[in-house]
Amino acid sequence: MSKLLDGLYYSESHEWVKVVEGNTVLIGITDFAQSQLGTVVFVDLPETGTKLVKDAEFGAVESVKAASDLFSPVDGTVIEVNEDLIGEPEKINEDAYEAWLLKVELDDLEALKDLLGKVDYAKLSE
Amino acid sequence: MENLKETCLLGYHQGKGAKLEAFAGYLMPIVYTSIIEEHNSVRNNVGMFDVSHMGEILVKGKDTCSYVDHVFSNEITSKPDGKVVYGMLLYEKGTIVDDLLVYKISDQECLLVVNASNTGKDYTWLVEQSDGFDVTVANLSDDYGQIAIQGPNAEATIKDLFDIDLSELGFYTFAFKNILDCKVIVSRTGYTGEDGFEIYGDPMAIRLIWDAFDAVGVTPCGLGARDTLRFEAALPLYGHEISDEITPVGAGLKMFVRFEKNDFIGKQALEEQIESGLKRRLVGLELLQTAIPREGYPVYSGDNEIGYVTTGYLSITLKKPIAMAMVDVDHAKIGTEIAVKIRNKLVPGVVRDRKFLQKNYKK
Repeated sequence: MSKLLDGLYYSESHEWVKVVEGNTVLIGITDFAQSQLGTVVFVDLPETGTKLVKDAEFGAVESVKAASDLFSPVDGTVIEVNEDLIGEPEKINEDAYEAWLLKVELDDLEALKDLLGKVDYAKLSE
Repeated sequence: MENLKETCLLGYHQGKGAKLEAFAGYLMPIVYTSIIEEHNSVRNNVGMFDVSHMGEILVKGKDTCSYVDHVFSNEITSKPDGKVVYGMLLYEKGTIVDDLLVYKISDQECLLVVNASNTGKDYTWLVEQSDGFDVTVANLSDDYGQIAIQGPNAEATIKDLFDIDLSELGFYTFAFKNILDCKVIVSRTGYTGEDGFEIYGDPMAIRLIWDAFDAVGVTPCGLGARDTLRFEAALPLYGHEISDEITPVGAGLKMFVRFEKNDFIGKQALEEQIESGLKRRLVGLELLQTAIPREGYPVYSGDNEIGYVTTGYLSITLKKPIAMAMVDVDHAKIGTEIAVKIRNKLVPGVVRDRKFLQKNYKK
């Protein structure tokens, strides 16, 4: 059974969103996603300033064998990239909710309501 | 998952919780714990693979050597008994039916070990080509299980466990041995770039030997690590570096074609190809920034697509993004600047040799 946290928003493509303050959020991949992928060996992330479009591909997490595309759960602008993951991408396997990928300024905080809560996401990742 | 064949070791794989997938019609272990750990165990210590899915085709009869040399790119007639020879079966047009090992048991008996995904096709092909030769061709694949035990400690593991000294068994030779009261074939061969052995025998014997290796801590390795290991050693895999559209010349395997022997299937086409020149050939690539050049990704020179990646990884041993690729010969020279298109970005790289890794064969 994969780990889920309260208070996060989840997407059907297995990303999570956590509100930090105001319109600022962190985005990562879920524990279920990392467990399916296996050891992460490379993370391909956009640069600071990139505009994210909901449901559009913005990068990839890669295991030895496969590249798994990342899809943005929100509309917004990248304001910070987690540089720690460049040297140590396997941190995503250690704790998928600590190892955030991007810090994003949302276009619209209200849009988070369209994402899934913990209970609904749990049904997708059983 | 129905209709899939099982190897004699499936119960072990399931018990270990291996990730299983269909491969060549068999349910096979892809990874037990971690591809990286399994890969490193073979590079640094010793690991074992269930390769019971491989095909075994036995050729027997008076004309065995002349028949094998008619269908095989390499040469067997002059070789001593106990020799293993790598080469290919070729179509008349020079492209590859399969690559294989030929075990020369005697002048009148050879065991052909072929890719699991091609066993049926190969067997049909071999029977068709046997007209006019005094040979019988038999598909014995279901009668054999096979273990590959690979890594710098493979020889010592077999010595300690079974008191069998293989130090005199040369690279690419084999012998019949008794292990746990079972008669098996042991060859100093493999598909990892490390020293090691392949053991063929009755499926029951293979289970006993596997369990004995397991009991002394030999790391079970899945097909995932098998691919990362053979890739770093630049060993070709059918359907990737070689296929029925690629010739040994294009795949850089000319050294396994014996043009000077008597006529063989595909010889004329290869000679013509060498004469007229290749369009594309297999090269090594190395990317200049971190990204992973995966199979099928297009290779560019400027705006022009000039080829494709056949296999690529972020090399576990070298920790660099490297690949094998088929590229137009105009861009195949070592040092040529190229780019690989990865998720719509062109990632810069250079053509390099395919000696990614210093191979640790015991010769």
